Amino acid sequence: MRVFVEGVGLLGPGLQGWEAARRVLAGEAPFRSASTVIAASELLPPAERRRTPVPVKLALAVGQEAFQNAGRDAASTATVFTSSSGEGETLHQMCETLASEEREVSPTRFHNSVHNAAAGYWSIATRSREASTSLCAYDASFGAGLIEAMTQVVSWHKPVAVIAYDQPYPEPLHSARPLLASFGAALVLTPEATGRTSATFEMEFLPGEEKSARMSDSALEELRLGIPAARALPLLQALARKTRSRVVLDFLTETRLRVAVSPC
Amino acid sequence: MQPLVISRFSVVNSLGRGTESMLRALREKRSGLAPCGFETARIDTYVGPVPELDDFRVRLDLQDYDCRNNRLAQLCLEQDGFAKEIAAARDRYGAGRIGLYLGTSTSGLHTTELAYRRRDPKTGALPADYRYAKTQNAYSLGEFVRRYLGLAGPGFVVSSACSSSAKVLGNAARMIAAGICDAAVVGGVDSLCLMTLYGFHSLGLTSAGPCRPYDVDRDGISIGEGGGFALLERAERVESGAIQLLGVGESSDAYHMSTPHPEGLGARIAMQQALDSAGLEPSDIDYVNLHGTATRSNDASEDKAVFEVFGRQTPCSSTKGATGHLLGAAGITEAIISVLAIEDGLMPGSANTRSVDPALKCNYLLENRRAKVTRALTNSFGFGGSNCSLVLGVAQ
Repeated sequence: MRVFVEGVGLLGPGLQGWEAARRVLAGEAPFRSASTVIAASELLPPAERRRTPVPVKLALAVGQEAFQNAGRDAASTATVFTSSSGEGETLHQMCETLASEEREVSPTRFHNSVHNAAAGYWSIATRSREASTSLCAYDASFGAGLIEAMTQVVSWHKPVAVIAYDQPYPEPLHSARPLLASFGAALVLTPEATGRTSATFEMEFLPGEEKSARMSDSALEELRLGIPAARALPLLQALARKTRSRVVLDFLTETRLRVAVSPC
Repeated sequence: MQPLVISRFSVVNSLGRGTESMLRALREKRSGLAPCGFETARIDTYVGPVPELDDFRVRLDLQDYDCRNNRLAQLCLEQDGFAKEIAAARDRYGAGRIGLYLGTSTSGLHTTELAYRRRDPKTGALPADYRYAKTQNAYSLGEFVRRYLGLAGPGFVVSSACSSSAKVLGNAARMIAAGICDAAVVGGVDSLCLMTLYGFHSLGLTSAGPCRPYDVDRDGISIGEGGGFALLERAERVESGAIQLLGVGESSDAYHMSTPHPEGLGARIAMQQALDSAGLEPSDIDYVNLHGTATRSNDASEDKAVFEVFGRQTPCSSTKGATGHLLGAAGITEAIISVLAIEDGLMPGSANTRSVDPALKCNYLLENRRAKVTRALTNSFGFGGSNCSLVLGVAQ
């Protein structure tokens, strides 16, 4: 399966947007960890911006950056959202309410609790009626999103964006499932080369447990292991370095994904 | 798209365990809905429960995954000889060549609801026996079924609310076409929990009685629990006459998080795409299994969309008056009902619906109809404006 990479979006601790982060990933600038800054999305009407849960804002922000870099209209592009954690704060608040005497849950909170909340807000914000899906594969969620998005590009012969995001849970869920930080990564993929193409991906599904690619910087490696969406880092590093490489990505138990990255 | 054969399937819901039980209930136009007695829920509504789950336990070697949703998954895998058939398929294809694409909306969320009642009074911590990854996480279902069936291929869980387990058939079709896997197990499981009962209630979307799709007096959904699984294989591997997945259509409403587009625009796009991907015309479809949740807004908007595509003639019905709304398991369950409609020549009449809303224009079936069904289309729509339509039919 071969696709063309047209745009990238990235937000993580010390990785504030693709333009700044690519220099860090290419080794041209040092990695300095800092809290992930998630701006309210301009895609949403002002009234909605405040009420939107943080994971949705995160997904919208990286998605928007990828489309800006791709110079592509989001309204006519299919999307694959993938997240291990989904809507953590909303889940926590609902479970607290349901454990109380009152049990009066908020209707807005309920519709924000679905795993596809980000996809729903995205389609409303971008006016996209294209296909959209919302995936989860625990620690393998990034790999799941990438393989699904690439399969869609190849099957439909249309551009598809994959948007991976994870936001740490509040306590007490955080102790049960610690995630290191907020992290989002998005890629706009196309079936053919365009004026904005920066690389091609060729993917193979690998049975077995071949050693997956690691980050040489120990702080970045900690991020990769500590946040499912950050399993994208070795692939993003290959894009940032603009050199041919083969990246083995984590996937499910007994499986890996091998991506040959060729800069264009 | 390249048609795929639906060679095996299994099902469990409030109508019974296994395909035969469900078919018998549909023939008798029986409903599985009953006044809500789920756990400590105090809501004036009806539900479609699977009562044996309370005392059921998952396989001993997988007991860390024990939760209502995975119990339901295992109960379903044990029906219709499904697990045994998958073991045979594993020998045929190899464990690494069978994909696994499952849908759920709430996974093992009820376990988290119960854990929140047992938080440490001083620290607020969840109890030490709480297992997030193996119960709460959406992928818990995928990992449990993968291990139960001994599969080692690609896979993931789709969680796009009530369209989840319809969309997984699309995932499987694309992955097989791309050569990522040679066959796929698809399915969906959703179990009762307080979040959905109180959540839909807070939106004013639950009916106080058994739900009545398309009824002039319809006033909301009845939540049910259930599961369904199917094995999808390439057509050339299976004899003709088998039931096939012929088309898949997916779209977004771009309208509202919990209300469908009033003109059914997203729904219409999904149905049209499903027909296009099957290379069929609306007149090729003999029966439409509607999403038909029995909310005022869903049935009105879906009716507009179906009327726009199919006109007044094509018989259609919702089976949610029988099963309740199975949320993330609705898509696969209604795909299996559509397969049964084809195999049995049964277009199921709408259980619990008394008189069809005169404002709705489609050819809605109140009573069972016996007729040859060669091809059926089934709709699944969800929160976030996520739509999916599937076309199923007999191999020609």
